[in-house]
Amino acid sequence: MIRIITTYGGLLLTAMGQTLLLALCGLFFACILGLIFGLLSVLKNRACNIISIIFVDAIRGVPMIVLAFYIYFGMPALFNGLMGYNAVTLTALQAGTICLSLNCGAYMAEIIRAGIQSVDKGQMEAARSLGLPYWKAMYRVVLPQAIRTMIPSIINQFIITLKDTSILSVIGFPELVNTAKNVVANSFKIFEVWTLVALMYLVVITVLSRVAKILERRLNRGRE
Amino acid sequence: MKKLIALALALVLALSLVACGSTAPAADDAANSEATAAPDAAAEGDAAEGDATASDGKVWVIATDTVFKPFEYTDESGNFVGIDVDILAAIAEDQGFEYELKSLGWDGAIAACQSGQADGMIAGASITEDRIASGWTFSDGYYTATQTMTVAENSDIAGFEDLEGKTVAVKIGTQGASYAESLKDEYGFTIQSFEDSPTMYQAVLGGQCVACFEDTPIMQASIKDGGLALKVLENTANEGGDYGFAIFSENSQELLDMFNAGLANIKANGTYDEILAKYLG
Repeated sequence: MIRIITTYGGLLLTAMGQTLLLALCGLFFACILGLIFGLLSVLKNRACNIISIIFVDAIRGVPMIVLAFYIYFGMPALFNGLMGYNAVTLTALQAGTICLSLNCGAYMAEIIRAGIQSVDKGQMEAARSLGLPYWKAMYRVVLPQAIRTMIPSIINQFIITLKDTSILSVIGFPELVNTAKNVVANSFKIFEVWTLVALMYLVVITVLSRVAKILERRLNRGRE
Repeated sequence: MKKLIALALALVLALSLVACGSTAPAADDAANSEATAAPDAAAEGDAAEGDATASDGKVWVIATDTVFKPFEYTDESGNFVGIDVDILAAIAEDQGFEYELKSLGWDGAIAACQSGQADGMIAGASITEDRIASGWTFSDGYYTATQTMTVAENSDIAGFEDLEGKTVAVKIGTQGASYAESLKDEYGFTIQSFEDSPTMYQAVLGGQCVACFEDTPIMQASIKDGGLALKVLENTANEGGDYGFAIFSENSQELLDMFNAGLANIKANGTYDEILAKYLG
């Protein structure tokens, strides 16, 4: 165990950094996608709702590992077929970010939809009858209440996404699991390496959960 | 009251964690003691009977990978075949020992040997200093090959000098991966590790990586069999390395000795060359 830490500790820490980088990039775009599609699904417009339903169903219906292979290998192949060799190439980080943000974005859209719909519709009606335009009523009245309900689910989704980065080891992104597999192959010390990896994830996710809890408490101030 | 419940919950959690922590080593101990008990019993039996062969009736459990073509893979008719599979069969026949081959996957095979669930592993594993330092013992090399760099057919990369700032693909745990690792600082390229050969080849075919590192004969066979639009750069070969049969526990030393003796025999009587010719053409 000590030998593993001294020999490969630095390598695994760098990989943890890559995992966090990928998760952050993915989550950033997932929030944007989630907000867009979440709002599309609550709008009183049939076309918007259908676009959102198609997006959510398509992404939720495909396992992320398949999505990863498809985006990393399939998309460039498709474009290269049209435009010639090496016309479009994605780095593993770009493909990983797209994959995570699509996947997490679909779930976020559902969380946001559910959050908005959980706010009593009288709130919107009251805001509108006081003369607020739709978007202002949404932004000032409905969303602030909805976000409080959403926060626990969103945090949950963040943690799931952070762990889902491990799936992207299959496209060769040097995140923690991919690096750990290399370390196992080099050292042939399987239990030690995976114990170390488990502990690293545990520490990072526990810290993030604590921070999220504090944030949640802040947002909920004045509710009780 | 709330605090009491919280405290009780925390205590239960902590206890269960401790329990989990302690069962794992205990299970290991049990496995080890079983493993040590078996040869002892066999030795006693032998002493009583005065028999010369030590491992009468013992079935050795040998772990291997699931797909590592052409060392082990499932062929069109669903049979588990490959260089490792055939070599092991030939050696077992030569030495007269019984074995059970378990296709557990690369990580699974390593874990099985480390936990005592398997006596040895044959999975196209390279003999490296690092692995020996981790407590593994390897047989004599049963397969030697050089590793070379392979690029797309229409690529203008001609050698390592052209790799500056580029990304190359390797397969986790192979000699090719070690070879690329040894070159990356000198030539300034990055390495991306994939889990199997098809994915690695696809990365080069699709242009995500500019080159891959693979055993020369395997690469040539794959290009031929799969009609891949790749070319091997012959001038990039290294000196080559050995693949070995590996054991983790010293209780398997006897198996390792039989493997080495059998390997020498099948090399001498030509079976070995036949097996290689069968898979590498």
